[in-house]
Amino acid sequence: MDGWPARQVGAGSGTEDVELIISKQKPFEEILESLSANESVYIVGCGECATMTQTGGETELAAMKTRLEEAGKKDVATDVAHSACHELDMKRIFRQNKEAAEGADAFLVLACGAGTQAVREGTTKHVVPGANSLFVGNVKRQMVFEEKCSLCGECVIEAYGAICPVTRCAKGILNGPCGGTNNGKCEVDSEKDCAWVLIYKQMKAEERLDEFMVIHGPKRWNAVERPGRLDGREADEVKGAA
Amino acid sequence: MAKYREACESGKFVISGEIGPPKGTEVNGMLHHIELLKDLVDGLNVTDNQSAVMRLGSMAVSHEIVTRGGDAIFQMTCRDRNRLALENDLLSAHFLGIRNVLCLTGDHVSVGDHKDAKEVYDFESVQLIQCVKRMNEGYDWAGNELGGATDFYIGAVVTPESDPIEPQKLKYEKKIAAGAQFFQTQAVYDMENFQRFAEYSRGVTEGKDVKLMAGLVVLTSVGMAKYMNKFVPGVFVPDDLLEEMASVPKEDALKKGMEICARHIRFCMDNKVCDGVHVMAIGKEEIVPDILKMADLL
Ligand code: SF4
Ligand code: SF4
Repeated sequence: MDGWPARQVGAGSGTEDVELIISKQKPFEEILESLSANESVYIVGCGECATMTQTGGETELAAMKTRLEEAGKKDVATDVAHSACHELDMKRIFRQNKEAAEGADAFLVLACGAGTQAVREGTTKHVVPGANSLFVGNVKRQMVFEEKCSLCGECVIEAYGAICPVTRCAKGILNGPCGGTNNGKCEVDSEKDCAWVLIYKQMKAEERLDEFMVIHGPKRWNAVERPGRLDGREADEVKGAA
Repeated sequence: MAKYREACESGKFVISGEIGPPKGTEVNGMLHHIELLKDLVDGLNVTDNQSAVMRLGSMAVSHEIVTRGGDAIFQMTCRDRNRLALENDLLSAHFLGIRNVLCLTGDHVSVGDHKDAKEVYDFESVQLIQCVKRMNEGYDWAGNELGGATDFYIGAVVTPESDPIEPQKLKYEKKIAAGAQFFQTQAVYDMENFQRFAEYSRGVTEGKDVKLMAGLVVLTSVGMAKYMNKFVPGVFVPDDLLEEMASVPKEDALKKGMEICARHIRFCMDNKVCDGVHVMAIGKEEIVPDILKMADLL
């Protein structure tokens, strides 16, 4: 039972250049509680991000199916979508697997919140998020992720040596370090580098400390009207057209 | 009413203290501290949800100080309010007779007692300084003309023991460029290091009327000193002071800390290291008059 085959990802597949929605499975007890009124469950995973983060790939779905069956659930179906956030794809999968989709009383989604809501578009039944979506993360190495961009709508990092203070400074400060930078680490979490020490070092290396002195105004938080929507068919400038 | 600003601009050695509003409605202790200090110092800072712990508001207490004839330095952090709320509070504070504002980014909510709260940081300190300056010029942040400009004396903070210090210095210069008129430092204990910072400061503020006040936090025990070294970034108590604190029996530690504080006040004053001091006794404000006596200032 499958849509497109899940893309093979993991070690050695060029993990260095990817950026993913980082998610983490919810505690099993919480999932079970959400499914307490449901007998048969259709688990949906994702072949992209949730596979890479080991939240909702083939392996995790198989393990979840076993645990749910042990907990008394019946007719547990599993399906790893090519990308769970693709709404048309999701509808197509449910059409292809009509019997299981119609037989299930609930859908458990082991993917990000976007994937969960793509499932919402494909069914009118009870949909349960099985994961918490954490951040958009860079892959440092296998299963180690770091947030470097928070999708603010207007990228300003050219002014900061291509290191994002909006995201990587715990206070989003745009004009230099707070008083708490501690040996180059952040006062909020000593495990993390102070973004402003990184920015300073980078700009110094580029001999751009004069630009470090530029006073930056606050972010324009309306650069994207939330909730975001982009119709790429209309927005010529997005494609770089004249 | 503009006692603190007048003191700063007169060129005299300026002394300020600090009031930490309580958590709750029991305010007698705080009012006692205000009464005790308001005429002994040039101004009293009022902390704003200090250390991200929810308390009685800085604006209300600043107003109380002004009403009682003292001068308040209204601390304002960017952690809990967006720009609309900050500007609104600035107008309200001005309406209530408050004329000094200390612009801070603010400790992160994760160190406080409402750890689940969403921190705001729509502005940070440099932008808040700029905003107050604009309001002094008669405009709000969005560029709309105000029906009457504010008249705030604009303050900021700096951490001379920051590690690394270079980016902190650049930020200090940015705060000056943004419009800060006076600075109170994070707690300093190493007077030689502070003297070097003050010399640097004189260099970058030359020709500008910018005042630098040494932040002095009274040591109350060896344990407190060691705790700050370990857990408070940007604060460094040197070994000789740790030894000095340890040289007396426990019950005399506070007195020793007061002596050290008085000595540092004299050091800054006699050597013209900086323009004044900001003395913080963190909840023990009743000892401040004695410290000032020890420093021959009363
Ligand atoms: S400024 Fe930072 S958060 Fe905004 S788009 Fe650029 S990297 Fe992302
Ligand atoms: S220590 Fe650095 S990264 Fe952390 S909040 Fe302060 S400036 Fe930002």
